[in-house]
Amino acid sequence: MVDAPLALLAELTHRCPLRCPYCSNPMELARAAAELTTAEWARVVEEAAALGCLQVHLSGGEPTARRDIVEITAAARAAGLYTNLITAGVLLDAGLMERLVAAGLDHVQLSVQDADEAGAERIGGLKGAHAAKARAAALVRAAGLPLTLNAVVHRQNLHNLPALVERALEWGAARLEVAHVQYYGWALANRDALLPTRAQLDEATRVVDAARVAHKGRLVIDYVVPDYHATRPKACMGGWGRRFLGVSPAGNILPCHAAESLTGLTFPNARETSLAAAWADSPAFNAFRGTAWMPEPCQSCDRREVDWGGCRCQAFALTGDAAATDPACALSPHHGLLQAAVTHAEGEAFRYRQYGRAR
Amino acid sequence: MTPRFAPGVRLQEDRARNRWMVMAPERMFLPDETALAVLRLVDGARDEAAIVAALAEQYAAPAEVIAADVRALLEDLRARGAVTW
Repeated sequence: MVDAPLALLAELTHRCPLRCPYCSNPMELARAAAELTTAEWARVVEEAAALGCLQVHLSGGEPTARRDIVEITAAARAAGLYTNLITAGVLLDAGLMERLVAAGLDHVQLSVQDADEAGAERIGGLKGAHAAKARAAALVRAAGLPLTLNAVVHRQNLHNLPALVERALEWGAARLEVAHVQYYGWALANRDALLPTRAQLDEATRVVDAARVAHKGRLVIDYVVPDYHATRPKACMGGWGRRFLGVSPAGNILPCHAAESLTGLTFPNARETSLAAAWADSPAFNAFRGTAWMPEPCQSCDRREVDWGGCRCQAFALTGDAAATDPACALSPHHGLLQAAVTHAEGEAFRYRQYGRAR
Repeated sequence: MTPRFAPGVRLQEDRARNRWMVMAPERMFLPDETALAVLRLVDGARDEAAIVAALAEQYAAPAEVIAADVRALLEDLRARGAVTW
């Protein structure tokens, strides 16, 4: 008997007004016509709740680009899920905010690309985005909802980390996630322009430590050392097929939002397969579940049930083998790839996210 | 003092596992039985004394014993960001 999942990531659409060069969506973006309908999403959230999920992250792309975002939020809340909207905020207005609150929205996570307008608009690739985000933050707070600011950080904005902390306080966020870019998909294509230096990382850790002390009781800061400067991998998704499932805009049921980057796996689709059947029985979910699939050095490692072998997508992206030990681990024979990438990273030009294959 | 749930925090039934969870932004935790008994009475209207009285009746225990437990629990839940007053 497989333990039930705790959370659903509902990627409602790949459409988004921003063009961030580290977007976590796949390189091949789903077209609007391929997206699940309102009724299909309502069924997905009900199935997720029945299966054991306690919360849903309504994400994308930009989830508010869907005209039925309010209906989907209401369906999720009616199913008994804690509802978290992960948004860029640029499409949010007072009317939509009010309807989302009435639908039972519990929490908003707002992304921010940089602390200042020029940087934020260059990185996100959208003019006017920064001011729109400030307005969105104010709307969330005026509605009485808790706000988390999600700052994706990399070489070109880490110098602004103290200002990002100030922005979180100024915009009324109770939580700040300082999220280092994860390098697969679009971000891997932009790795040379994004990888932070070791000196930047050490300074960022110092800034976070100081801010946690200075703003204790007012601002919680989540921060994790990025893989390229780590010696042990993260328990990606808390382990493959352990606590988490995602559904893509077109309905593919995924163990991780980046899982479609792995070739050789076929993912069940919510139009044909129930979430329960996908979770328990599909070859894709069982491929890297538990520890039996692990190669050495993971197989005999005493941390195998701590980090679950790290990230499958990163292992595949860097070694071509999805079952390899995550190169973030210093025990991986491929660990040197990460230091080499850090050493060679230079240049500032981005390849922005766009529809159609960018390869 | 009248406790209420902090913004974005609520009790939610976990039907698949037959338990109640405290849900909060980006995190959740399992309250123990006593904490759950107190949290069920937190509605932003009952003050601490009313919560103590309700529990004293529910558990047929002296209010002064319950009162010390309730205060400690509420302080703990406040420290964890679940309730505020």
